[in-house]
Amino acid sequence: MRFSGLRVLREGLTGNRGWTAQWRDPEPQAEYDAVIIGGGGHGLSTAYYLAKNHGMTNIAVLEKGYLGGGNVGRNTTIVRGNYFLPGNSEFYSHSLKLWEGLSEELNYNVMFSQRGVITLFHSDAQRDASARRGNAMINQGDDAELLDRAGLRKLLPYLDYDNGRFPIYGGLLHRRGGTARHDAVAWGYARGADQRGVDLIQQCEVTGIDIENGKVRGVQTTRGAIRAKKVAIVTAGRSGQVAAMAGMRLPIESHVLQAFVSEGLKPVIDHVVSFGMGHFYISQSDKGGLVFGGDLDFYASYAQRGNLPMMEHVMEAGMTLMPMIGKARVLRSWGGIMDMTPDGSPIIDKTETEGLFVDCGWCYGGFKAVPASGFALAHLMATGQHHETAAGFRLDRFRSGEGLMDEEATGSQHNLH
Amino acid sequence: MRIECPICGSRDRREFYYRGDAIALARPAPDAGDDVWDAYLHLRDNPAGETRDLWQHEGGCGAWLVVTRDTVTHAVHAVELASDVKRAMA
Repeated sequence: MRFSGLRVLREGLTGNRGWTAQWRDPEPQAEYDAVIIGGGGHGLSTAYYLAKNHGMTNIAVLEKGYLGGGNVGRNTTIVRGNYFLPGNSEFYSHSLKLWEGLSEELNYNVMFSQRGVITLFHSDAQRDASARRGNAMINQGDDAELLDRAGLRKLLPYLDYDNGRFPIYGGLLHRRGGTARHDAVAWGYARGADQRGVDLIQQCEVTGIDIENGKVRGVQTTRGAIRAKKVAIVTAGRSGQVAAMAGMRLPIESHVLQAFVSEGLKPVIDHVVSFGMGHFYISQSDKGGLVFGGDLDFYASYAQRGNLPMMEHVMEAGMTLMPMIGKARVLRSWGGIMDMTPDGSPIIDKTETEGLFVDCGWCYGGFKAVPASGFALAHLMATGQHHETAAGFRLDRFRSGEGLMDEEATGSQHNLH
Repeated sequence: MRIECPICGSRDRREFYYRGDAIALARPAPDAGDDVWDAYLHLRDNPAGETRDLWQHEGGCGAWLVVTRDTVTHAVHAVELASDVKRAMA
């Protein structure tokens, strides 16, 4: 079924009786050419690009819960291509380009809204650093504009510019960044993969990975054994547990990150605003809720909920930056499990087991990476070669120390990125 | 979340700094080799369930602590002085 404005109109006039399920609910087969563990954004986009770019359609995505039920449905929906270091910048630049064509590509409205991402600075030194980052982004072929205080005030009149601790000097504007409808991204890729013949198998938890003589043979699941010569682990915060089934330890510690949304308000915040010094960022959803968040709770956790101290900190930072939000009521809060790496950058690589791949370590930046991550992992699985945009995301960079991409230069402690 | 400091008693989580897995107490020899140092610095069991990690009571007595707790429920099961744990390891 193809979606179009005409179709919506026709269905609306005829009682919406013509809509059908957007993907099948197939029984798992005994064998596939490739199996992807994890039906989140990255797993589904990997399946989509394996089918579309590489003609691999005899594949399955195995999901222990429901499609898009993990971090892709729990994030704050920000998309940006404002990375600094080589290795990261070309990857996120590629991802941003894929985002720009995604609704047409998938015939699915992912509501990508390029409302601009603004990162604030509060001192001369931070202005220099922002200019440097902006130049790196421009050199990468992306967009960046350095706004002084007057220029920023035109866009964001509601900030507390004369805050005693963090007076606002200006901001780095990345116009092509913005937000997207997070569930729609997962659903759009799922539908596109299904249409190309990929089996999306839900309620199917992987319980073991079969390895013989250093080669992967398939997986054991709660719905029986499935043979496959290629298996990819794409399980975000749960990567450690799944990798352990293959006898691996990953350079990952899982942490909880909280997010918050207010009641629906009239349009007031037109951009994504990032206040790094307060570890606070905010945007407003199309429904009107203020969507905001802060830093990790800082201790290893799988709880999908955080504790009150970080909640208090985030609220304080928000009030420091924009006192106008003080009367908005918080509607709900939640937590997601972040796969934190020792350099804050992700991993898309082969493993010591032939045919076994990992795509993990997205820390709290995985949402924007969904298109390019699937694109690059599909390329790696199909061709055996790293895609040029993701060639730096090697698993062995920690051991060798070569090619580390530590954007914040905080060192090897997992939770500091 | 509250942590029972062996010296100060039960205190709010905000008084404590989290360092990471208690593997930090098992520092390898300088010449132990790449794989051993990689395992020490980077690789983690990352359990969903009981874990042991290293905290410092920075807003209190300053002691380094080994906290045994559950990463799924956030329940704290045991707190020991890291110096005691280190002595027991030796």
